[in-house]
Amino acid sequence: MSERTAVIASRVGLHARPAGIFVAAVGELPIEVTIAMAGEPVDDAMDASSILSIMSLGASNGDTVVLRAEGDGADEALDSLVKILETDLDAE
Amino acid sequence: MRTIVQTLPGSASTDQSEIGRTFAGVGVSPGRIIGSILLMPQAVREPAVGESLTEGTSPEEASTALRTAAKAVQTNLTARSVGAFGAGREVLEATALMANDPMLVKAAIKLIINGASPERAIWDAAASVAEMLHNLGGYMAERATDVLDVRGRIVAELRGVPAPGIPYSDTPFILIAEDLAPADTATLDPAKVIALVTSSGGPQSHTAIIARALGLPAVVAAVGVTALANGTRIFVDGAAGTILVDPGADEVALATAWETSSAALAAFDGTGRLQDGHLVPLLSNVGGSKDAVKAAAAGAEGVGLLRTEFCFLERDTEPSIAEQVEAYRGVFDAFPGKKVVVRTLDAGADKPLPFLTDASEPNPALGVRGYRTDFTSPGVLERQLTAIAQAAEGTQAHVWVMAPMISTAEEAEHFASLCSAAGLATPGVMIEVPSAALTAASILEHVDFVSLGTNDLTQYAMAADRQLGPLAALNTPWQPAVLHLIRLTVNGSRDEGHDKPVGVCGEAAADPALAVVLVGLGVATLSMTARALSSVAAVLASVTLPEAQQLAKLALTAHSATDARRLVREQLPILNTLGL
Repeated sequence: MSERTAVIASRVGLHARPAGIFVAAVGELPIEVTIAMAGEPVDDAMDASSILSIMSLGASNGDTVVLRAEGDGADEALDSLVKILETDLDAE
Repeated sequence: MRTIVQTLPGSASTDQSEIGRTFAGVGVSPGRIIGSILLMPQAVREPAVGESLTEGTSPEEASTALRTAAKAVQTNLTARSVGAFGAGREVLEATALMANDPMLVKAAIKLIINGASPERAIWDAAASVAEMLHNLGGYMAERATDVLDVRGRIVAELRGVPAPGIPYSDTPFILIAEDLAPADTATLDPAKVIALVTSSGGPQSHTAIIARALGLPAVVAAVGVTALANGTRIFVDGAAGTILVDPGADEVALATAWETSSAALAAFDGTGRLQDGHLVPLLSNVGGSKDAVKAAAAGAEGVGLLRTEFCFLERDTEPSIAEQVEAYRGVFDAFPGKKVVVRTLDAGADKPLPFLTDASEPNPALGVRGYRTDFTSPGVLERQLTAIAQAAEGTQAHVWVMAPMISTAEEAEHFASLCSAAGLATPGVMIEVPSAALTAASILEHVDFVSLGTNDLTQYAMAADRQLGPLAALNTPWQPAVLHLIRLTVNGSRDEGHDKPVGVCGEAAADPALAVVLVGLGVATLSMTARALSSVAAVLASVTLPEAQQLAKLALTAHSATDARRLVREQLPILNTLGL
């Protein structure tokens, strides 16, 4: 199991357009990725390819989230996702 | 009673019993046009509570059907987002993702395994998701509507009926609907939709406003039109408010003549004046820098109403001063040396903002909206005024500022003091509340100008909600009571004694016949959607000031709005010549 933390950089938090960009990126990956707020139990982690899950997570600007994945290429995949979360997507 | 045989969607035959049938509604955007109709599909019916799998269908088959339908809706929405523009595009992209969302689909499949039909399963699964989003509040609560929209599309797909929303067609058509919501108009393609006809809605409805902005002929409150079959050929007269099924040679001639005269009308030379040379500056209402550039190109003599909501809508936090400065400067730069009247934030009622207005007010039109949001969220208005002042520095536009929804002279005085503190030299207020029209003289002791917002002034004077079809007849600025309030406002300016200008920036200014009446009542400037500039200019140029004053008297003393409109139009033969 690979694990990464990321601090949400988008000013509006992780919803609207930034959530859409993130979900689209997860959807392109061949592996399953989960997302949870930092400190939440692993069992409560949600499917990162679901826009509705991401929106219900309610992560605001400055919140820390945890991404998890298993399998080949998990580390590289998570690194690329962290980069997306730590960019202010709403400003672009 | 005549029976109406409904033909199948897409068929191009006209029902024999409908030929020559006419419908009368309220004309809200001029133009004469002939075309085939497409009906806005019915809202999707809820599947019966507890509806279970049909016999012989396995849960696996039903799950596959649901997955296929969800995927199809996603593909369709993605394809449409490519052709959409601006905010409409973002809404479509986000809803496309929701349609095939793993969380939503998995929840529905769980219900199918427990015996529910796929339609009922997605219905309930989406309802729980929508409720969850609703409970999160703010921005998320607004997205609940998108989930329910997607649900309707998936159910329609499963049933094999047309998706809800504006129909999609490769060829241009006349759109027939009960009424259009703002969300529908975001996906309205003016290259495909050539006219709008609704059975409900009033002259100030979203349908009417979008039609005028896009220059599409439109008729609202035409009761019975939704019973026509898809593919029926009709003639629409957006000035007279009439519709004729299966038009003949006369209507073809009228439509052809309109095509020619509308092309001739396309140009406005940039100076609004009456036949006798009396100047009536014609300005434009704009909602951002793109609009402003278009308005300048159409010859507008300035901006009579800059709606600043574009900076704030669809946001869950207040935009920074720097962001606002940039947005306003884009508009100022389009009008060097000309007047730009900036209206401060007008949130509330039909334009809610999660960080400023309370969506749970029982009566939002009479609630904390417009200038009144300064009572509950002080600071937002002052920061906006700072941003406007900063944006005005270094541009050549003459920047005026006005507050919406002012009710008393005290409020006008307070607003003027805020403007002065921000370094803005020309403060004004909108006259939308009848109390402000009645006390215009006192209000003008504190500010330099007023601008009549006729849409709201009409709804408050007549106590009639702008969006309600059954009240369309009450909700017209031709109502003599509304014209009297306008006259009182002009009188107030005279009584104050400094000749301070009274303008109109409501939809009334875009009606060429009413524009003549307004000038006759003493209104100094008219501001309208850029599309209307040329027709208003052409009609104003056909009358002298004494003639306009005579027509204003005729309208003021008419017994009804219908009489006022008819009496004035009879005296303006140019309207018929131009097909307005």
